[in-house]
Amino acid sequence: MGYSIKILPFLLKGMQQTLILTAASATFGTLLGLLLALARIAPARLVRTAASGYVTLFRGTPLMLQILFIWGALPQVGIVLPDTACVIIALSLNAGAYIAEIIRAAIQSIDRGQMEAARSLGMGYGLAMRRIILPQTFRRLLPPMVNELAALTKDTSLAMVVGIVELMKASQQQQSQSFRPAETYIWTALGYLLVTMTLMSLATRFEKKLEARG
Amino acid sequence: MTEPILQVESLHKSFGKLEVLAGISLEVQQGEVVVVIGPSGSGKSTLLRCINFLEVPTQGRILFKGEEVGQKEVGGTLVRLPERVLDQQRTHMGMVFQRFNLFPHMTALENVMEAPMQVRGLRRPEAEALGMKLLTRVGLGEKARTYPPFLSGGQQQRVAIARALAMEPDVMLFDEPTSALDPELVGEVLQVMKDLAKSGMTMIVVTHEMGFAREVGNRVLFMDGGVVVEEGKPEQIFTAPQHTRTREFLSKVL
Ligand SMILES: Nc1ncnc2c1ncn2[C@@H]1O[C@H](COP(=O)(O)OP(=O)(O)O)[C@@H](O)[C@H]1O
Ligand SMILES: [Mg+2]
Repeated sequence: MGYSIKILPFLLKGMQQTLILTAASATFGTLLGLLLALARIAPARLVRTAASGYVTLFRGTPLMLQILFIWGALPQVGIVLPDTACVIIALSLNAGAYIAEIIRAAIQSIDRGQMEAARSLGMGYGLAMRRIILPQTFRRLLPPMVNELAALTKDTSLAMVVGIVELMKASQQQQSQSFRPAETYIWTALGYLLVTMTLMSLATRFEKKLEARG
Repeated sequence: MTEPILQVESLHKSFGKLEVLAGISLEVQQGEVVVVIGPSGSGKSTLLRCINFLEVPTQGRILFKGEEVGQKEVGGTLVRLPERVLDQQRTHMGMVFQRFNLFPHMTALENVMEAPMQVRGLRRPEAEALGMKLLTRVGLGEKARTYPPFLSGGQQQRVAIARALAMEPDVMLFDEPTSALDPELVGEVLQVMKDLAKSGMTMIVVTHEMGFAREVGNRVLFMDGGVVVEEGKPEQIFTAPQHTRTREFLSKVL
Protein backbone atom coordinates (compact mmCIF):
# COMPACT_ATOMS: atom_id res chain seq x y z
CA MET A 1 0.00 0.00 0.00
CA GLY A 2 2.81 2.37 0.90
CA TYR A 3 4.49 1.73 -2.39
CA SER A 4 1.31 2.46 -4.32
CA ILE A 5 0.83 5.75 -2.56
CA LYS A 6 4.42 6.62 -3.26
CA ILE A 7 4.22 6.05 -7.03
CA LEU A 8 0.74 7.46 -7.64
CA PRO A 9 1.84 11.10 -7.94
CA PHE A 10 4.36 10.11 -10.62
CA LEU A 11 1.82 8.05 -12.50
CA LEU A 12 -0.72 10.86 -12.31
CA LYS A 13 1.82 13.23 -13.77
CA GLY A 14 2.38 10.75 -16.62
CA MET A 15 -1.36 10.38 -17.02
CA GLN A 16 -1.67 14.13 -17.45
CA GLN A 17 0.82 13.95 -20.31
CA THR A 18 -1.06 11.00 -21.82
CA LEU A 19 -4.28 13.00 -21.75
CA ILE A 20 -2.62 16.00 -23.39
CA LEU A 21 -1.22 13.81 -26.17
CA THR A 22 -4.58 12.10 -26.64
CA ALA A 23 -6.68 15.25 -26.66
CA ALA A 24 -4.38 17.10 -29.05
CA SER A 25 -4.00 14.22 -31.50
CA ALA A 26 -7.71 13.44 -31.33
CA THR A 27 -8.55 17.02 -32.24
CA PHE A 28 -6.07 17.38 -35.08
CA GLY A 29 -6.61 13.80 -36.21
CA THR A 30 -10.36 14.32 -36.47
CA LEU A 31 -10.00 17.54 -38.44
CA LEU A 32 -7.50 15.89 -40.75
CA GLY A 33 -9.68 12.79 -40.99
CA LEU A 34 -12.69 14.86 -42.03
CA LEU A 35 -10.71 16.62 -44.74
CA LEU A 36 -9.24 13.33 -45.95
CA ALA A 37 -12.64 11.66 -45.96
CA LEU A 38 -14.08 14.46 -48.10
CA ALA A 39 -11.05 14.20 -50.38
CA ARG A 40 -11.48 10.42 -50.62
CA ILE A 41 -14.93 10.90 -52.19
CA ALA A 42 -14.29 14.22 -53.95
CA PRO A 43 -15.55 14.67 -57.51
CA ALA A 44 -11.98 15.33 -58.71
CA ARG A 45 -10.07 12.12 -59.37
CA LEU A 46 -6.64 13.55 -58.56
CA VAL A 47 -7.81 14.59 -55.10
CA ARG A 48 -9.26 11.14 -54.49
CA THR A 49 -6.05 9.41 -55.54
CA ALA A 50 -3.87 11.62 -53.37
CA ALA A 51 -6.06 11.05 -50.31
CA SER A 52 -6.17 7.34 -50.85
CA GLY A 53 -2.37 7.25 -51.21
CA TYR A 54 -2.05 9.07 -47.91
CA VAL A 55 -4.37 6.65 -46.14
CA THR A 56 -2.52 3.64 -47.55
CA LEU A 57 0.83 5.04 -46.44
CA PHE A 58 -0.19 5.79 -42.87
CA ARG A 59 -2.20 2.64 -42.33
CA GLY A 60 0.42 0.48 -43.97
CA THR A 61 3.45 1.42 -41.87
CA PRO A 62 4.05 1.08 -38.11
CA LEU A 63 3.06 4.01 -35.95
CA MET A 64 6.35 3.59 -34.11
CA LEU A 65 8.20 4.20 -37.38
CA GLN A 66 6.07 7.27 -38.09
CA ILE A 67 6.86 8.74 -34.67
CA LEU A 68 10.57 8.06 -34.99
CA PHE A 69 10.57 9.40 -38.55
CA ILE A 70 9.00 12.73 -37.65
CA TRP A 71 11.03 13.06 -34.49
CA GLY A 72 14.26 12.19 -36.31
CA ALA A 73 13.74 13.46 -39.84
CA LEU A 74 12.31 16.92 -39.20
CA PRO A 75 15.48 18.17 -37.44
CA GLN A 76 17.46 16.79 -40.40
CA VAL A 77 15.72 19.27 -42.69
CA GLY A 78 16.10 22.06 -40.17
CA ILE A 79 12.73 21.91 -38.44
CA VAL A 80 13.32 21.63 -34.73
CA LEU A 81 10.20 21.10 -32.63
CA PRO A 82 9.68 20.02 -29.03
CA ASP A 83 9.45 16.25 -28.63
CA THR A 84 5.82 16.50 -27.57
CA ALA A 85 4.94 18.39 -30.74
CA CYS A 86 6.64 15.73 -32.87
CA VAL A 87 4.65 12.98 -31.21
CA ILE A 88 1.39 14.92 -31.52
CA ILE A 89 2.07 15.46 -35.22
CA ALA A 90 2.82 11.79 -35.80
CA LEU A 91 -0.20 10.60 -33.81
CA SER A 92 -2.48 13.10 -35.60
CA LEU A 93 -1.24 12.13 -39.05
CA ASN A 94 -1.76 8.49 -38.19
CA ALA A 95 -5.16 8.90 -36.51
CA GLY A 96 -6.26 11.07 -39.44
CA ALA A 97 -5.81 8.15 -41.81
CA TYR A 98 -7.95 5.84 -39.68
CA ILE A 99 -10.57 8.48 -38.90
CA ALA A 100 -10.80 9.32 -42.61
CA GLU A 101 -11.89 5.77 -43.32
CA ILE A 102 -14.44 5.88 -40.50
CA ILE A 103 -15.95 9.14 -41.74
CA ARG A 104 -15.87 8.07 -45.37
CA ALA A 105 -17.72 4.86 -44.55
CA ALA A 106 -20.32 6.83 -42.59
CA ILE A 107 -20.84 9.31 -45.43
CA GLN A 108 -21.17 6.52 -47.96
CA SER A 109 -23.70 4.73 -45.79
CA ILE A 110 -26.11 7.66 -46.17
CA ASP A 111 -28.72 7.01 -48.86
CA ARG A 112 -27.71 8.48 -52.22
CA GLY A 113 -31.18 10.00 -52.44
CA GLN A 114 -30.26 12.49 -49.70
CA MET A 115 -27.57 14.12 -51.79
CA GLU A 116 -29.82 14.04 -54.85
CA ALA A 117 -32.72 15.66 -53.02
CA ALA A 118 -30.41 18.40 -51.76
CA ARG A 119 -28.85 18.99 -55.17
CA SER A 120 -32.28 19.04 -56.84
CA LEU A 121 -33.19 21.93 -54.54
CA GLY A 122 -30.23 23.89 -55.89
CA MET A 123 -27.88 23.24 -52.99
CA GLY A 124 -24.23 23.03 -54.03
CA TYR A 125 -22.16 19.92 -53.27
CA GLY A 126 -20.36 21.48 -50.30
CA LEU A 127 -23.51 22.96 -48.82
CA ALA A 128 -25.37 19.67 -49.21
CA MET A 129 -22.49 17.82 -47.58
CA ARG A 130 -22.38 20.23 -44.65
CA ARG A 131 -26.09 20.70 -44.03
CA ILE A 132 -27.59 17.39 -45.14
CA ILE A 133 -25.07 14.54 -45.27
CA LEU A 134 -22.59 15.14 -42.44
CA PRO A 135 -25.19 15.80 -39.71
CA GLN A 136 -26.73 12.42 -40.53
CA THR A 137 -23.42 10.65 -40.03
CA PHE A 138 -22.98 11.66 -36.37
CA ARG A 139 -24.92 8.78 -34.93
CA ARG A 140 -23.14 6.25 -37.13
CA LEU A 141 -19.77 7.81 -36.36
CA LEU A 142 -20.10 7.54 -32.63
CA PRO A 143 -19.26 3.86 -32.00
CA PRO A 144 -16.26 3.63 -34.37
CA MET A 145 -14.97 7.02 -33.25
CA VAL A 146 -15.02 5.94 -29.61
CA ASN A 147 -13.05 2.84 -30.58
CA GLU A 148 -10.60 5.01 -32.44
CA LEU A 149 -10.15 7.41 -29.53
CA ALA A 150 -9.60 4.48 -27.18
CA ALA A 151 -6.98 3.09 -29.58
CA LEU A 152 -5.38 6.51 -29.76
CA THR A 153 -5.20 6.72 -25.97
CA LYS A 154 -3.32 3.45 -25.91
CA ASP A 155 -1.13 4.46 -28.85
CA THR A 156 0.17 7.49 -26.97
CA SER A 157 2.23 4.99 -24.94
CA LEU A 158 4.59 4.84 -27.94
CA ALA A 159 5.65 8.39 -27.08
CA MET A 160 7.97 6.83 -24.52
CA VAL A 161 10.39 5.88 -27.30
CA VAL A 162 11.32 9.53 -27.77
CA GLY A 163 11.58 10.08 -24.04
CA ILE A 164 8.27 11.72 -23.24
CA VAL A 165 7.22 10.86 -19.73
CA GLU A 166 3.62 9.90 -20.29
CA LEU A 167 1.87 7.22 -18.26
CA MET A 168 3.76 4.28 -19.76
CA LYS A 169 7.18 5.87 -19.40
CA ALA A 170 6.40 7.05 -15.88
CA SER A 171 5.44 3.55 -14.89
CA GLN A 172 8.62 2.12 -16.45
CA GLN A 173 10.71 4.59 -14.49
CA GLN A 174 8.98 3.66 -11.25
CA GLN A 175 9.28 -0.06 -11.66
CA SER A 176 12.91 0.08 -12.76
CA GLN A 177 13.73 1.78 -9.48
CA SER A 178 11.59 -0.40 -7.25
CA PHE A 179 11.63 -3.71 -9.12
CA ARG A 180 7.95 -4.06 -8.28
CA PRO A 181 6.40 -4.43 -11.71
CA ALA A 182 3.18 -6.06 -10.50
CA GLU A 183 1.81 -3.12 -8.51
CA THR A 184 3.25 -0.56 -10.91
CA TYR A 185 1.74 -2.07 -14.02
CA ILE A 186 -1.61 -2.76 -12.40
CA TRP A 187 -1.93 0.91 -11.49
CA THR A 188 -0.87 1.81 -14.99
CA ALA A 189 -3.49 -0.45 -16.53
CA LEU A 190 -6.14 1.10 -14.27
CA GLY A 191 -5.04 4.52 -15.51
CA TYR A 192 -5.60 3.61 -19.15
CA LEU A 193 -8.86 1.85 -18.33
CA LEU A 194 -10.14 4.94 -16.57
CA VAL A 195 -9.74 6.95 -19.78
CA THR A 196 -11.08 4.36 -22.22
CA MET A 197 -14.04 3.42 -20.03
CA THR A 198 -14.98 7.05 -19.49
CA LEU A 199 -15.01 7.51 -23.26
CA MET A 200 -17.26 4.53 -23.75
CA SER A 201 -19.75 5.49 -21.07
CA LEU A 202 -19.96 9.04 -22.43
CA ALA A 203 -20.67 7.57 -25.85
CA THR A 204 -23.42 5.33 -24.51
CA ARG A 205 -25.07 8.24 -22.76
CA PHE A 206 -24.86 10.41 -25.88
CA GLU A 207 -26.27 7.62 -28.02
CA LYS A 208 -29.28 7.25 -25.75
CA LYS A 209 -29.91 10.96 -26.02
CA LEU A 210 -29.86 10.78 -29.82
CA GLU A 211 -32.16 7.78 -29.81
CA ALA A 212 -34.74 9.62 -27.75
CA ARG A 213 -35.05 12.12 -30.59
CA GLY A 214 -36.01 9.43 -33.08
CA MET B 1 -47.83 28.44 -79.52
CA THR B 2 -45.34 30.32 -77.37
CA GLU B 3 -41.82 29.11 -76.74
CA PRO B 4 -41.91 25.89 -74.71
CA ILE B 5 -40.70 26.20 -71.12
CA LEU B 6 -38.78 22.96 -71.47
CA GLN B 7 -37.29 21.31 -74.53
CA VAL B 8 -35.56 17.97 -74.70
CA GLU B 9 -33.66 17.50 -77.94
CA SER B 10 -32.61 14.03 -79.10
CA LEU B 11 -31.49 13.04 -75.63
CA HIS B 12 -29.26 10.00 -75.32
CA LYS B 13 -28.01 8.43 -72.13
CA SER B 14 -25.85 5.35 -71.75
CA PHE B 15 -24.54 3.66 -68.64
CA GLY B 16 -21.40 2.02 -69.97
CA LYS B 17 -22.58 -0.07 -72.90
CA LEU B 18 -26.23 0.03 -71.85
CA GLU B 19 -28.14 2.64 -73.82
CA VAL B 20 -31.01 3.68 -71.58
CA LEU B 21 -32.27 6.67 -73.55
CA ALA B 22 -31.99 6.33 -77.29
CA GLY B 23 -32.98 9.71 -78.61
CA ILE B 24 -35.82 11.42 -76.82
CA SER B 25 -37.32 14.68 -77.94
CA LEU B 26 -39.98 16.46 -76.01
CA GLU B 27 -41.44 19.92 -75.65
CA VAL B 28 -43.39 21.05 -72.64
CA GLN B 29 -45.48 24.21 -72.68
CA GLN B 30 -45.99 26.47 -69.69
CA GLY B 31 -48.78 25.06 -67.52
CA GLU B 32 -48.85 21.73 -69.28
CA VAL B 33 -49.09 18.41 -67.41
CA VAL B 34 -47.22 15.68 -69.24
CA VAL B 35 -47.65 12.16 -67.96
CA VAL B 36 -44.98 9.59 -68.77
CA ILE B 37 -45.90 5.93 -68.65
CA GLY B 38 -44.04 2.80 -69.65
CA PRO B 39 -42.72 -0.49 -68.35
CA SER B 40 -40.10 -0.69 -65.64
CA GLY B 41 -36.61 -0.15 -67.01
CA SER B 42 -37.79 1.84 -70.02
CA GLY B 43 -35.81 4.89 -68.94
CA LYS B 44 -38.51 7.08 -67.37
CA SER B 45 -36.53 7.92 -64.24
CA THR B 46 -33.40 8.49 -66.27
CA LEU B 47 -35.28 10.96 -68.47
CA LEU B 48 -36.43 12.99 -65.46
CA ARG B 49 -32.99 12.82 -63.88
CA CYS B 50 -31.35 14.05 -67.08
CA ILE B 51 -33.74 16.99 -67.22
CA ASN B 52 -32.39 18.42 -63.97
CA PHE B 53 -28.94 17.01 -64.63
CA LEU B 54 -28.81 14.51 -61.79
CA GLU B 55 -27.64 12.29 -64.63
CA VAL B 56 -25.34 13.70 -67.26
CA PRO B 57 -26.76 13.16 -70.76
CA THR B 58 -24.44 11.39 -73.17
CA GLN B 59 -25.80 13.32 -76.14
CA GLY B 60 -28.51 15.86 -76.83
CA ARG B 61 -29.69 18.98 -75.11
CA ILE B 62 -32.06 20.06 -72.40
CA LEU B 63 -33.29 23.62 -72.79
CA PHE B 64 -35.04 25.35 -69.94
CA LYS B 65 -36.65 28.59 -71.09
CA GLY B 66 -34.32 28.42 -74.07
CA GLU B 67 -31.20 28.04 -71.92
CA GLU B 68 -29.07 24.91 -72.01
CA VAL B 69 -29.08 22.97 -68.74
CA GLY B 70 -25.86 21.62 -67.25
CA GLN B 71 -23.73 21.50 -70.33
CA LYS B 72 -23.24 23.43 -73.54
CA GLU B 73 -21.96 22.45 -76.93
CA VAL B 74 -18.84 24.40 -77.76
CA GLY B 75 -17.16 23.64 -81.08
CA GLY B 76 -18.63 20.16 -81.30
CA THR B 77 -17.88 19.02 -77.77
CA LEU B 78 -20.08 19.13 -74.68
CA VAL B 79 -18.69 21.39 -71.98
CA ARG B 80 -19.99 21.30 -68.41
CA LEU B 81 -21.40 24.56 -67.10
CA PRO B 82 -19.99 25.83 -63.79
CA GLU B 83 -21.61 24.13 -60.81
CA ARG B 84 -22.98 27.45 -59.62
CA VAL B 85 -24.88 27.93 -62.85
CA LEU B 86 -26.24 24.41 -62.63
CA ASP B 87 -27.32 24.92 -59.00
CA GLN B 88 -29.14 28.05 -60.10
CA GLN B 89 -30.85 26.20 -62.97
CA ARG B 90 -31.97 23.44 -60.63
CA THR B 91 -33.77 25.91 -58.40
CA HIS B 92 -36.28 26.38 -61.24
CA MET B 93 -37.10 22.67 -61.37
CA GLY B 94 -38.60 20.92 -58.37
CA MET B 95 -38.19 17.17 -58.08
CA VAL B 96 -40.26 14.68 -56.15
CA PHE B 97 -38.80 11.22 -55.68
CA GLN B 98 -40.40 7.83 -55.38
CA ARG B 99 -38.84 7.32 -51.96
CA PHE B 100 -39.46 10.89 -50.71
CA ASN B 101 -35.86 11.51 -49.62
CA LEU B 102 -36.86 13.84 -46.82
CA PHE B 103 -34.01 14.96 -44.57
CA PRO B 104 -34.52 12.75 -41.50
CA HIS B 105 -32.61 15.00 -39.11
CA MET B 106 -34.96 17.92 -39.73
CA THR B 107 -38.61 18.45 -38.87
CA ALA B 108 -41.17 18.72 -41.66
CA LEU B 109 -41.00 22.50 -41.41
CA GLU B 110 -37.19 22.55 -41.39
CA ASN B 111 -37.19 20.34 -44.47
CA VAL B 112 -39.25 22.95 -46.28
CA MET B 113 -37.28 25.92 -44.90
CA GLU B 114 -33.82 24.54 -45.62
CA ALA B 115 -33.33 25.41 -49.29
CA PRO B 116 -35.12 28.79 -49.14
CA MET B 117 -32.76 29.82 -46.34
CA GLN B 118 -29.55 28.25 -47.58
CA VAL B 119 -30.00 28.80 -51.30
CA ARG B 120 -32.41 31.68 -51.76
CA GLY B 121 -31.10 33.50 -48.71
CA LEU B 122 -34.46 33.98 -47.00
CA ARG B 123 -34.36 34.97 -43.34
CA ARG B 124 -35.72 32.55 -40.77
CA PRO B 125 -39.07 34.33 -40.16
CA GLU B 126 -39.79 34.60 -43.88
CA ALA B 127 -38.75 31.00 -44.50
CA GLU B 128 -40.88 29.86 -41.59
CA ALA B 129 -43.91 31.72 -42.90
CA LEU B 130 -43.34 30.26 -46.36
CA GLY B 131 -42.88 26.78 -44.90
CA MET B 132 -46.07 26.99 -42.85
CA LYS B 133 -48.00 28.27 -45.85
CA LEU B 134 -46.83 25.37 -48.01
CA LEU B 135 -47.34 22.72 -45.34
CA THR B 136 -50.86 24.04 -44.82
CA ARG B 137 -51.41 23.91 -48.55
CA VAL B 138 -50.54 20.18 -48.59
CA GLY B 139 -52.72 19.67 -45.51
CA LEU B 140 -49.91 19.20 -42.97
CA GLY B 141 -49.91 22.43 -40.99
CA GLU B 142 -50.18 20.55 -37.69
CA LYS B 143 -47.26 18.25 -38.55
CA ALA B 144 -44.77 21.09 -38.94
CA ARG B 145 -42.70 20.07 -35.89
CA THR B 146 -42.74 16.34 -36.62
CA TYR B 147 -39.67 14.45 -37.79
CA PRO B 148 -40.09 12.43 -41.01
CA PRO B 149 -39.81 8.98 -39.39
CA PHE B 150 -42.99 9.79 -37.45
CA LEU B 151 -44.97 10.63 -40.59
CA SER B 152 -46.85 8.18 -42.82
CA GLY B 153 -45.59 7.65 -46.36
CA GLY B 154 -48.35 9.82 -47.77
CA GLN B 155 -47.55 12.60 -45.34
CA GLN B 156 -43.83 12.35 -46.10
CA GLN B 157 -44.48 12.65 -49.80
CA ARG B 158 -46.67 15.70 -49.26
CA VAL B 159 -43.89 17.31 -47.21
CA ALA B 160 -41.52 16.48 -50.07
CA ILE B 161 -43.85 18.26 -52.49
CA ALA B 162 -44.00 21.28 -50.18
CA ARG B 163 -40.21 21.24 -49.91
CA ALA B 164 -39.84 21.32 -53.70
CA LEU B 165 -42.45 24.07 -54.02
CA ALA B 166 -40.56 26.21 -51.51
CA MET B 167 -38.01 27.06 -54.18
CA GLU B 168 -40.88 28.42 -56.31
CA PRO B 169 -39.96 26.26 -59.28
CA ASP B 170 -41.38 26.76 -62.78
CA VAL B 171 -41.54 23.05 -63.47
CA MET B 172 -42.17 20.11 -61.17
CA LEU B 173 -40.79 16.67 -61.96
CA PHE B 174 -42.48 13.71 -60.28
CA ASP B 175 -40.84 10.28 -60.41
CA GLU B 176 -43.50 7.72 -59.48
CA PRO B 177 -44.50 9.74 -56.41
CA THR B 178 -47.08 7.21 -55.23
CA SER B 179 -45.36 3.92 -56.09
CA ALA B 180 -43.84 3.47 -52.64
CA LEU B 181 -47.11 4.16 -50.83
CA ASP B 182 -49.67 1.86 -49.29
CA PRO B 183 -52.77 1.95 -51.52
CA GLU B 184 -54.89 3.85 -48.98
CA LEU B 185 -52.33 6.70 -48.93
CA VAL B 186 -52.11 7.21 -52.70
CA GLY B 187 -55.20 9.38 -52.91
CA GLU B 188 -54.02 12.16 -50.60
CA VAL B 189 -50.83 12.62 -52.63
CA LEU B 190 -52.64 12.56 -55.97
CA GLN B 191 -55.07 15.15 -54.62
CA VAL B 192 -52.21 17.51 -53.80
CA MET B 193 -50.83 16.98 -57.29
CA LYS B 194 -54.20 17.62 -58.88
CA ASP B 195 -54.55 20.88 -56.98
CA LEU B 196 -51.07 21.82 -58.06
CA ALA B 197 -51.91 21.14 -61.69
CA LYS B 198 -55.08 23.20 -61.35
CA SER B 199 -53.05 26.09 -60.02
CA GLY B 200 -51.23 26.15 -63.34
CA MET B 201 -47.99 24.41 -62.43
CA THR B 202 -46.05 22.86 -65.31
CA MET B 203 -45.55 19.21 -64.45
CA ILE B 204 -43.88 16.12 -65.82
CA VAL B 205 -45.22 13.10 -63.99
CA VAL B 206 -43.98 9.54 -64.26
CA THR B 207 -46.75 7.40 -62.84
CA HIS B 208 -48.71 4.20 -63.09
CA GLU B 209 -51.87 5.97 -61.90
CA MET B 210 -53.87 5.90 -65.10
CA GLY B 211 -56.83 7.64 -63.46
CA PHE B 212 -54.62 10.59 -62.65
CA ALA B 213 -53.19 10.59 -66.18
CA ARG B 214 -56.66 10.71 -67.69
CA GLU B 215 -58.03 13.33 -65.34
CA VAL B 216 -55.08 15.71 -65.10
CA GLY B 217 -52.76 14.94 -67.99
CA ASN B 218 -52.77 17.18 -71.04
CA ARG B 219 -50.57 14.72 -72.84
CA VAL B 220 -49.41 11.16 -72.26
CA LEU B 221 -46.07 9.77 -73.40
CA PHE B 222 -45.58 6.05 -73.63
CA MET B 223 -41.90 5.07 -73.31
CA ASP B 224 -40.35 1.72 -74.02
CA GLY B 225 -36.75 0.72 -74.64
CA GLY B 226 -35.46 4.25 -74.20
CA VAL B 227 -37.64 5.91 -76.81
CA VAL B 228 -41.05 7.56 -76.85
CA VAL B 229 -43.12 4.96 -78.68
CA GLU B 230 -46.31 6.95 -78.74
CA GLU B 231 -47.71 10.19 -77.44
CA GLY B 232 -51.04 11.95 -77.51
CA LYS B 233 -54.02 13.14 -75.55
CA PRO B 234 -54.89 10.80 -72.67
CA GLU B 235 -58.21 9.86 -74.29
CA GLN B 236 -56.45 8.85 -77.46
CA ILE B 237 -53.69 6.86 -75.79
CA PHE B 238 -56.02 5.02 -73.44
CA THR B 239 -58.89 4.34 -75.83
CA ALA B 240 -57.18 4.07 -79.21
CA PRO B 241 -53.47 3.32 -78.84
CA GLN B 242 -51.75 3.05 -82.21
CA HIS B 243 -48.86 0.76 -81.33
CA THR B 244 -48.93 -2.85 -80.28
CA ARG B 245 -46.43 -2.19 -77.50
CA THR B 246 -48.65 0.52 -76.05
CA ARG B 247 -51.67 -1.78 -76.24
CA GLU B 248 -49.79 -4.61 -74.57
CA PHE B 249 -48.59 -2.33 -71.78
CA LEU B 250 -52.01 -0.82 -71.19
CA SER B 251 -53.71 -4.19 -71.13
CA LYS B 252 -51.38 -5.13 -68.27
CA VAL B 253 -51.85 -2.03 -66.14
CA LEU B 254 -55.47 -1.04 -66.77
N1 LIG C 1 -26.82 4.67 -62.40
C1 LIG C 1 -27.09 3.64 -63.23
N2 LIG C 1 -26.10 2.80 -63.63
C2 LIG C 1 -26.34 1.77 -64.45
N3 LIG C 1 -27.54 1.49 -64.97
C3 LIG C 1 -28.57 2.28 -64.63
C4 LIG C 1 -28.40 3.39 -63.74
N4 LIG C 1 -29.60 4.00 -63.58
C5 LIG C 1 -30.47 3.30 -64.32
N5 LIG C 1 -29.86 2.27 -64.95
C6 LIG C 1 -30.51 1.31 -65.88
O1 LIG C 1 -31.19 2.04 -66.84
C7 LIG C 1 -32.39 1.39 -67.20
C8 LIG C 1 -33.54 2.37 -67.10
O2 LIG C 1 -33.71 2.72 -65.76
P1 LIG C 1 -34.80 3.76 -65.27
O3 LIG C 1 -34.60 5.04 -65.96
O4 LIG C 1 -34.75 3.76 -63.81
O5 LIG C 1 -36.15 3.09 -65.80
P2 LIG C 1 -37.63 3.29 -65.29
O6 LIG C 1 -37.67 4.49 -64.41
O7 LIG C 1 -38.44 3.47 -66.54
O8 LIG C 1 -38.00 2.04 -64.59
C9 LIG C 1 -32.51 0.18 -66.30
O9 LIG C 1 -32.09 -0.95 -67.03
C10 LIG C 1 -31.56 0.49 -65.17
O10 LIG C 1 -31.04 -0.71 -64.67
MG1 LIG D 1 -38.17 4.65 -62.39
